Amino acid sequence: MVPLSWYIIVGSVLFLIGVAGVLFRRNIIVVLMSIELMLNSVNINLVAFSQYMEDLRGQIFAIFTITVAACEVAVALGILIALVKSRGVHNTDEIDTMKG
Amino acid sequence: MMPGIKDILMILPEIVVAVAACVLLMVEFLCRKGERTIIGVFAILTASVAAAISLYLMTTDYMGGVAFSGMFILDGYSTMFKLIFYLATILSIVISFYYTREEGIKGGEYYTLMLFSLCGMMVMASGRDLLTIYIGLELMSLPVYVLTGFLDRDKRSVEGAMKYVILGGFSSGILLYGISIIYGVTGSTELTAIARAFGEAGGLTPVVGLAIVGLICGFGFKVAAVPFHAWTPDVYEGAPTPVTAFMSVGPKAAAFAIFLRVFTEGLLPVYEHWQVLVAVVAVATMFYGNIVAIVQTNIKRMLAYSSIGHAGYALLGLLPATNDGVASVIYYMFVYLFMNMGAFAVVVFMRRASQSGELIEDYRGLAKNHRALSLAMLVFMFSLAGIPPTAGFVGKFYIFMALVDKGMVELALIAVVASAVAAYFYIRVVLLMYMKEPVRTHLTAESFGVGLVIAVGIIGAIVLGVYPGYLIDLIQRVSALV
Repeated sequence: MVPLSWYIIVGSVLFLIGVAGVLFRRNIIVVLMSIELMLNSVNINLVAFSQYMEDLRGQIFAIFTITVAACEVAVALGILIALVKSRGVHNTDEIDTMKG
Repeated sequence: MMPGIKDILMILPEIVVAVAACVLLMVEFLCRKGERTIIGVFAILTASVAAAISLYLMTTDYMGGVAFSGMFILDGYSTMFKLIFYLATILSIVISFYYTREEGIKGGEYYTLMLFSLCGMMVMASGRDLLTIYIGLELMSLPVYVLTGFLDRDKRSVEGAMKYVILGGFSSGILLYGISIIYGVTGSTELTAIARAFGEAGGLTPVVGLAIVGLICGFGFKVAAVPFHAWTPDVYEGAPTPVTAFMSVGPKAAAFAIFLRVFTEGLLPVYEHWQVLVAVVAVATMFYGNIVAIVQTNIKRMLAYSSIGHAGYALLGLLPATNDGVASVIYYMFVYLFMNMGAFAVVVFMRRASQSGELIEDYRGLAKNHRALSLAMLVFMFSLAGIPPTAGFVGKFYIFMALVDKGMVELALIAVVASAVAAYFYIRVVLLMYMKEPVRTHLTAESFGVGLVIAVGIIGAIVLGVYPGYLIDLIQRVSALV
């Protein structure tokens, strides 16, 4: 049997890769993929804990997370299409009309 | 356990809003193109009906009960927040009628998205389980992302939406990671069970610290607290002004609702550990927001930084973790609703033809041309600055009192200094309106709706300042959390 800590380590490594991807990659599609990676690392955590504690709550939570992640990507891609149509940009550092 | 009729009745306001939003999406196809105002009218009706049901439920025995196996709670706390959400939604729809006509926004889904967002906020306020809270949070945010990008002719709008959705997704990833760790440590996602598990375990492990940081990141993003504020100015500037008004009041209050509930209910046993972190975030937020607001030239950006500053004050109300603190934050959110909605309504009122109404310079000498409008703006600016006898002063006063009662006198003093800094840029707008000569004539909206919202804002900002007793007593009576 694979011990719990292995899952948690995989989860945190994936999470950190996702964070690094959001912070350092310029292409918006890649940034969105990195966000997906973060959300899926959370799913690994939830399911691993759920299995370990023999409690179904975590698995239910993971299903909800997957659903919400799908909605979020749908909205994000819709906005990205609007952005590409109006400006023809694909990179995060090109959306700089306003300096936040 | 099957949900019974009792559970359905308790969640009835949410059901009404969600079903009405779905129906309105279909009704929209029956309307002629460009005749979408009717959708907005129905949206206002829906919110009013839901408000009536919420108020009725307050008088029944269901009050204080939980539904759906502890996932959902109907208490005075959530009802108070829901009243804020209803008002915010209705007032922003009313100012939207004029704005969408002026900007040529056609889609009727504009109003429907606001209803979906309202439903998400209501679920958040009533969520008693991290799962419900998270679902509510996303249901609130996703429509707002879309609404931000609604002005497709304006570059800034879509750009703001893109930044919002990326940073929003990022922050909810961090929040979820925190939630997953809390689940792993406590074995539950229900707030009372989490509190029990933390109470038994005691002590701070590095893992729990990580979870607390994750939650503060996720919630801090939604309330626009420093250092998670970076999206705020761009999104507030880019979004259609009524949407800016909506999200500066509704989603912000909803984020405070879960912030307070999770931290004072679920994480109360580890109070000493999150208290310092929240205090640092609150102080940084107050000063950053108020100082950077000084150099802004766009009034929507200035109000964005002002909104960051106000998030700092409200976060201070979380620190005592007492019922007085909770009540003071709810009262502050009511006050903020009226004064901020009013200020944005004035910005919408100034939007006419070639005049964007967004530059602070547009307000130069306004008092010479439009006495009433500049008087309204004066009330809102004074209230936002916290000058008596306006409501902004009383709101801050209750928060500071809650801090002093808990012995946090230093924090209250720091907050007073931050308010003094803030007074500068609010009063600058007032000076510009009253002390300067106008360089050109001002165009203003001829819209009854926008005027009505400004009037409601003035009444709220003055009545809650002069006569705060009734509302604060009501909030203190019904909204005990601890």
